[in-house]
Parts: sequence; C-alpha cells; structure tokens
Amino acid sequence: MKIKKYLKIYSLFLSTSIASELEYKTNVIIDFITAILSLVGSVFLLTIFFQNTDNIGGWNFEQALIIQGIYTILNGITNTWFNPNLTEIVKHIREGTLDFVLLKPLDSQFFISLNKIAPSGFLEIILGFALLFYCIGINQININLSFLLLCLTTLFCSIVILYSLWFLISTTTIWFVKTWNATEVLRSFLYIGRFPLNSFSFSLRIFFSIFVPIAFITTIPSEVFLGIALLWEILLEIIVAVIFFLVSRRFWLFALKYYTSASS
Amino acid sequence: MGENIIQVENLSKSFDISSKEPGLKGTLQHFFKRETKSIEVIKNINFGIKKGEIVGFLGANGAGKTTILKILCGLIHPTQGRLSVAGNLPYKRRSNFLKNITLIMGQKQQLIWDLPPIESFYLNAAIYDIEKFEAKKRIKKLSEMLEIEKELYIPVRKLSLGQRMKSELLAALIHKPNILFLDEPTLGLDINAQRNLRKFLKIYNKETGATICLTSHYMKDITSLCKRVLCIHEGCLTYDGRLEKLLKKISPIKDILIICKTDKDAKELSNSGFNIKNQNQKEITITIKKDSIKSTLNNILNKFEIEDLYINEPPVDEIIGDILVKEKV
Repeated sequence: MKIKKYLKIYSLFLSTSIASELEYKTNVIIDFITAILSLVGSVFLLTIFFQNTDNIGGWNFEQALIIQGIYTILNGITNTWFNPNLTEIVKHIREGTLDFVLLKPLDSQFFISLNKIAPSGFLEIILGFALLFYCIGINQININLSFLLLCLTTLFCSIVILYSLWFLISTTTIWFVKTWNATEVLRSFLYIGRFPLNSFSFSLRIFFSIFVPIAFITTIPSEVFLGIALLWEILLEIIVAVIFFLVSRRFWLFALKYYTSASS
Repeated sequence: MGENIIQVENLSKSFDISSKEPGLKGTLQHFFKRETKSIEVIKNINFGIKKGEIVGFLGANGAGKTTILKILCGLIHPTQGRLSVAGNLPYKRRSNFLKNITLIMGQKQQLIWDLPPIESFYLNAAIYDIEKFEAKKRIKKLSEMLEIEKELYIPVRKLSLGQRMKSELLAALIHKPNILFLDEPTLGLDINAQRNLRKFLKIYNKETGATICLTSHYMKDITSLCKRVLCIHEGCLTYDGRLEKLLKKISPIKDILIICKTDKDAKELSNSGFNIKNQNQKEITITIKKDSIKSTLNNILNKFEIEDLYINEPPVDEIIGDILVKEKV
C-alpha cells in the first residue's frame, strides 16, 4: 500500500518536473548539447593522456573508457536527480520552505531527494550506457546474466554512495545554513573518478578510498565490468553503500531535531 | 486536557543566537570565534483552544507569535512544557496528525512556480491519500468558494499575488484539515483581496467547524475574524480573552471631532488645555476619557461657537498598535 502510494507520488513528481522543465525549451536544448560536448571533451582528454603511453596505472585506453562510461552515467544521474534536488535542500533550509515538506504526511527525505528531475541528464545516462556497450565490444567481454546482475548491483551501490555523501553534506546546512562549497568539492572529487584509482600515488589512493570513497564510486564497478574485481571488493562496495545510506538517513532524522525554520 | 483541541502548558523555547559586531574586525571575530547565547523566545506560556474557535495572536515583530505557531504545528521542538494538538505531540509529526493540520504562510509558497496550480493540487491530493475523483470534487468546491476557477490552469508565475494566495489556500486545504495555522496570510495583498480572503476563512470555519490560529499585522484580519485574542510580548502571554473586552479595557477613551464656526473659536479651543489629537484649520479632534463625555461636551458647547460635532471610537489599529509595545495589558 505504502509502496503503491510512493510510486504514484513519484510518477506525479516526474510529470510535474518534466512539465516544468519543458516550459523553457531553449534551456533543455542547451543542456542536451552540453551533455554531448562534455562527453566528447572527456574522451578527447583521455586520448591525450594515452598518446604517449599504453597504460596508466595498469589500465589501457579501452579499459579506461569503461571508467569514463560509468562516470558519464553517474554524472547523468547527478544532473538528473541529485543536482536539482540536493542543492535545493540548502535553499529549502535558508528560506524556510522546508516547513512545507516537513508538514506533509510523506517521508521528508523521499520528498526532498526526488521531487525534481532535470530531463537533460537522461541523455548523459544513455550516452554513458552506449559507451559501456561499446567498451564491452572492444574489450571482448562476455555478457551473461550473472555478469549483468553484478554490474548493475555495483553501479547501483555507487549511486547510493554518491547520493548518501551528497545528502550528508547537504544535511549539515541545518546547522551551517550555507554549504554549497562542500557539495561543489564533492563534484570535483567525482571528476577525479574518471581516472583509474591505480594511476594515483598510494597516499592519494588511500584518501580517495577512505575519506572520499571515489574508489567505490567508479573504480570497483569498472573492475566488475572488466571481470577483474575481487569478491571482497564487491562485498565491501555493497556494505559501504548500505552503511552510507543508513548513516545519511539517521543523520537527517537527527538533524531535523535542530531545524529552527527561517524567521518570517 | 478537557475538550480543548489545542492545550499548551508551561511552554518555553530557547534559541542559540550569535551576534556580530559591525566592521571587518567584527566579521573576522564572528568567523573565527562565534559567540552564541541562548535566548528564551517563548517564556512559560499556558493556553487552551477549543474546537472551532478562531484565535488571533497579537504581538510586535519578534514577539514570538510565529514561533508558537511553528511549535503547535510540529516544526519546532519546544525546549520545555507540555502540549497537545488534536491529541498528538506535534513535534512527532505523525501521519494522522499531519493530515489534521495545515500551515499557511503569507510570505512563503509551496505551489510549483512554472506550472498551473491544478498540478500542485493533484500532487498534494496524492500525498494526502485522496482519490483523484474526490480531489476533483474538492478542487471544484474550494475554487468556487475562492473564486479562482479560471486561474486553475494558468502558470503560477503569471498569477497576481492575490490569486496566488488563494491558490496557496486551496493547496493547503485540499485534505480538509481540522486545524489551520495561518501566519500572516494577507501579507502584501490589496484591500479587496484581503477582504475576500477573510470572507472565505469565515465561511470555511462556519461550514467545516475548523479551528483557526492566526497571526497578522493587519488589524482588520484580527477584528473581523477573531473573537478571542492572545497578546504576546517578548515571549510572554500578556492577555488571553475576548477582543471586545481587551479593547474596552485598554481603550476607555473617545475621539471627538469638533468643527468650529470661526478661526477664533478654533484657536481658543486648541488653547483650552484639551488633549488635541490633530487639528486642521477649524477642525479639531480631541481625545477624552469616556466617563467625562457629558461634562466636556457641556463645557465646549457653552464656551465656543460650534458648527458640527462627531464622537468616534479611536481606530482599533491604533489601540492594538499601542498594546503591542506594552508589557502588560
């Protein structure tokens, strides 16, 4: 019953936000063009890196393209869901419109995380998947059901980790009021995720695995695609995703107790 | 807790607030070593509100009216005290409690800016578990009452402030709440729009028996809607009772407008020691105590040549404006 209600509400979120976006046609077209140019630019950058060498951190160009594909999908998801919603949390808290969200008989985290959508990010997701399929071809990867299931699971986990991180940072707005910079830093770290983790020095690798889990966001799903991921890595990815999500949820509920609402 | 739908006992709320000295030095100090102090914005307040009552909260800016409303609807945790709203602890924000209340804020909006309001209404209906058919019926009825049938299909950003406020009301009332919290609902509206909104609230209260808690700086909102008022001054409840009684209690005065026949009379009258409120050539308004009307009028009529004379109650706005800055009523 509850799931049915949430699905119905989500379908309304989708239809209203797509309708809102389509009110501004030119903006949608510009966003689409930006998505294409951004992917072309990233692939071009990668070809420059590989011009004088066959591999970086043990990954050749064809394999590195997989990371680029996963990064593009994640960036698409970021642009479609995280960016329009999670950056709004700061606005909701600063302007006090979170009041309306909190007074609805609906999970507030669900509402503020999913009520908007930017359709232009869809194109990036499609382009990312297209690049992945191309990579499956050039890397001669055999596809079977368990392979696909594993790929989608790790990809889903990386989305959850990225979401939870972003949501955690946005939640701190309840105390600090303005945390745009912190979410921007997170986005910049995600750019780093376009390159194989092994291409960084040991200390940076530790930093990107522990403090900002970029390793879990792009590298492990890419290794799964190439069939070189170790079982413990996949299990760890799932555990990290579950922990991050639960922590972000707990933290949100805890933070709400300190919400003072903006003055009128 | 009796038959009160809202019961508040010994309610207090403190906020940690940081202050900043002016200038660059103050800014740097504020950035590196922020000093916060706890300020008690609500101080040990007690009151009860019966089902179906319309109660106005009066107070100057920053008196604590909005904070009380936000505590009552569950947005802010109280620091101390007991409260019950429709049998619930508001800050737990349980689903059945939230379906029973609504908050309307004059300066904030929940409607989707780029879409016609009807889209927001259906979204709200789904959130409150209202079937589409029933939602359609309620939207029709409320839009007729609010006279916004045509505006339902026009993007919110193209509506006037008055039409937008009416749409906000519709969005907030689609789930038939029993308790309405209205925080300055007529803010920025023109006189006509204000009047329409008040008319609607009166009818809504009569038809549904909903309880309404209202804050407003437009005294007309209070005087035409609320029989009972609660005066809040610096977080303390200074008066709780009927509006008429409050007006009588604090306003034992009358205004008398005297139109003198000659300039000489006007000049003499203005120099005879009366409390002159304002003077415009031969028209003089004086303020006197209610119990001295007879003697004062006798005195004036005997001494001066008078063309005309009017006895008025001072405007309610002025009286209430006065009490907002007084500590005790």
